[in-house]
Amino acid sequence: MEFFRDTQIDFLGRKWYFLSFSLIFSVAGLLSMFFWHGVPLGVEFRGGTVISVMFAQKPDEDKIRTALDKAGIHNARIQGLGAAGENKELIDLPQSASANTDADEAKYQIIRALETSGTHQDFTKDLNYAGYDVMRTALASRDPLHKPPEEYDRIARQILDYRDKTKQGLLRSFDELKQAGIPAAAADSLAQEYFISDFHVYDAQVVGPQVGAQLRKQALLATLYSLAGMLVYLWFRFELIYGVAAVVACFHDTLITVGAFSLTNTPITLTVIAAILTLIGYSMNDTIVVFDRIRENVKMMRRESLSEIVNRSINQTLSRTILTSGLTFLTVLSLYLFGGEVLHGFSLALVIGILIGTYSSIAVAAPMLVAYQDWRIRRSGRSPVPVPAQSGKGKVRVKV
Amino acid sequence: MQKNLILKSLFIIAVLLVFVYGIFGIPGSFSLDGLKQSLLKRISLGLDLKGGSHLILEVEVKEAVGAETDHAVELLKEQLQKNNVHFNDVSKPDPDNHPEQIVIKGISADASTQLRSIVTEQSALQSYDLAGGGDTYTLTMKPSAANDIKDRTVEQSIEAINLRVNTLGLSEPLVERHGLGDYQILVQLPGVDDITRVKDIIKSTGRLEIRQAFGSAQGFPSEDSIRQRYQGLPPNTVIMRGAPPNEGYFVVARIPVVGGTDVRHAEVGQDEYGQPTVNFTLTTAAGNKFAAFTGAHNEKTGDPNPFLAIVLDNKVQEAASIQEQIHENGRITHMPEQRAKDVALLLNSGALPASIKYIQESTVGPSLGNDSIRKGVHASVAGMLAVMIFMLIYYRGAGINADLALILNLVILLGFMGFSGATLTLPGIAGVILTVGMGVDSNVLIFERIREELRHGKAAAAAVDQGFARAWVTIIDTHVTTIVSAFILFIFGTGPVKGFAVTLTFGLMANLFTAVFVSRVIFDAILTRKQRGEALSI
Repeated sequence: MEFFRDTQIDFLGRKWYFLSFSLIFSVAGLLSMFFWHGVPLGVEFRGGTVISVMFAQKPDEDKIRTALDKAGIHNARIQGLGAAGENKELIDLPQSASANTDADEAKYQIIRALETSGTHQDFTKDLNYAGYDVMRTALASRDPLHKPPEEYDRIARQILDYRDKTKQGLLRSFDELKQAGIPAAAADSLAQEYFISDFHVYDAQVVGPQVGAQLRKQALLATLYSLAGMLVYLWFRFELIYGVAAVVACFHDTLITVGAFSLTNTPITLTVIAAILTLIGYSMNDTIVVFDRIRENVKMMRRESLSEIVNRSINQTLSRTILTSGLTFLTVLSLYLFGGEVLHGFSLALVIGILIGTYSSIAVAAPMLVAYQDWRIRRSGRSPVPVPAQSGKGKVRVKV
Repeated sequence: MQKNLILKSLFIIAVLLVFVYGIFGIPGSFSLDGLKQSLLKRISLGLDLKGGSHLILEVEVKEAVGAETDHAVELLKEQLQKNNVHFNDVSKPDPDNHPEQIVIKGISADASTQLRSIVTEQSALQSYDLAGGGDTYTLTMKPSAANDIKDRTVEQSIEAINLRVNTLGLSEPLVERHGLGDYQILVQLPGVDDITRVKDIIKSTGRLEIRQAFGSAQGFPSEDSIRQRYQGLPPNTVIMRGAPPNEGYFVVARIPVVGGTDVRHAEVGQDEYGQPTVNFTLTTAAGNKFAAFTGAHNEKTGDPNPFLAIVLDNKVQEAASIQEQIHENGRITHMPEQRAKDVALLLNSGALPASIKYIQESTVGPSLGNDSIRKGVHASVAGMLAVMIFMLIYYRGAGINADLALILNLVILLGFMGFSGATLTLPGIAGVILTVGMGVDSNVLIFERIREELRHGKAAAAAVDQGFARAWVTIIDTHVTTIVSAFILFIFGTGPVKGFAVTLTFGLMANLFTAVFVSRVIFDAILTRKQRGEALSI
């Protein structure tokens, strides 16, 4: 089977379309970053408190808001999560605590407020909050079955497994426990001191202001340094202009991807940064494949102009480019569609990034080489094609 | 050629076996569950995948510097008095922001040489710089000495916290210095979803002090009542709150008789009424000091304030009158059993040299972790299968090549993670995906090149040879570029970004082996069986 054979597409002839396409998306992203959503940062970068809660029934956002208001939390954003039937809500509180208090104070404030919106008070007595240690000690100190403590360790583990694996973290009633095989006396004994609320906090992120600033700086620096590292390697293996073109293409991809996150108001988390690094690697890979072909063709096609060589090289590698991108896209799309909410931002970045990364190696990096050469000709009147040296140090010789 | 091929095949099988061992070890059983168990034993999942808590604490290192300069202030006063040097005041002008500074005021002009000799002779003062002139001098701790204290404070805190979480019996806790900030500690507690109590235990300074109390062993109802009684405060005292249930106000000496690091051992016991107590034993030196103090200030000596306050974490846990001289044993009463256990644990694990505060917490519930693993694994497997089926259809015979190389690549990558005890996190999965993507890419590059050579009319063997040779240059360039960037990420990144870099680097090296070497061996094996001129299935 073969999809592409001897394609003769004039890619460079369409550079104005490419340029306007890239400009439209970059500018749209930039406009959104500066005037609309800004760059929506995940909680680890901006600091604050984000709590994901699953409720037993369909949650009433107004009721949650009232409960939070009563507890003195006024600027929280409350937003539905996941599919409608999952009853999940996200409570997002921007940085409020000063640098002098514990960053996790707000988390407990929110949980306490949610408890009081029901009839209960003390969240440490909530079996949907309590952990192994709490249950084990509670059972052992009451000793309802008159058995050694190890038996209660086992029961506590059994309750937790039932809650976290079978019931997705949310118990509904003590009767449910009995039906799941927990000894009735143990369940009743727990019911005397503990209660079961109608919600479960399944994810809590608390980040103090100084951590956010450190991580922001560090992620930015790591990305910039890695781009610089690639530039140096390409300079060494090809020519400086090749490295510059490849890095510009990667920058273009990152800009458009971050722009897309801004347009869709999806927060950029640490995992999204990993995805962006992945797409930089991927886009660089794509660009190098084309450049390698250009380098090879420059040696063989001495008569043709650089733009003809570039066009030919893109066409020769087109089959590989489309195949690889298509296959990787397939993997990433599968992650995006079936990977669940944790992978959502991550796979979104890759879905966009792979499309843009493939496009940019054809439409940004390669035409830049030609544009640079045209500019040099116009400036000096000569035609110094930036041809990578034939051989020399650092060049891998082709084994034939 | 044949022999060479067999050697190469054996080498590949050996590599495969080594890395399969890396993934599973020697499994207890070969059932699906048994394999899964041994897999999870070798490759640990990150907190984002299995649930648990990730905490970052900041150590208030300035406190430790402050404690050190407090000692210096006392020492200086003592020495000045001893040498009959007149001074008005020795104090710290800004103890909160500049705990390293001490100002000496009102020194007579002729005494400056005496002051200098005190500073140079006292070993505890040698880490200070003396500046100034006239009647006012500034003593500043040398930056290197201050940094030493700060570093030591963080190290001691890590030790104490480590001991505490280990005593609690939590599974696989991780306590280490956090790379990003200056004086931060990272604590990871996998599988713990209720961390309220653990966090309290970690945060508690565990500093037990015994101080003289003034006025009454019962405390006062309010600060005002104290100020009324003493018209202010008695010299060298401070007001402290009591710990529940007695949340009154106490007047206690500013300098403790027994300090934070003076407890040798503590255990939970019972008093005469069967109520839980914490019994503690002091170190010999502290015991002697304590005995001297209680000998001088008990009810029999007629001291107007024969009272003791046991202060835990800056709260008066208990106060009582001193009936007679006490030596090295003491006990704390009036606390519930759980609290008594926690206090004993804290005292045994040693006090934190400075207080700490939480600056980051990430708690992933185990239910979410389960959900993400299931969905993530399903999605990745579905994606990989789709890719593999496509390769089979598109490249027919050579597709098998690519699929084998891909599987071997994954085996090597997972085996490496098993060997190195690496942790698989979400960013790590990103690394795996990029690896798989580049693995497929290497195969596609080679196959397309072979097809091209075949189109130019080359024979199968020559086409394979040329295809590999030409694609090799490209593959090296793409891989080295990515490894260079991964290496830089490893140096400058922390935590998850580092994990990504490690996975990626090793995945790419495995890929060079599988896509180029293994795939080539398979091609050669096929070619040697073919008749001359027979077509290649690609």
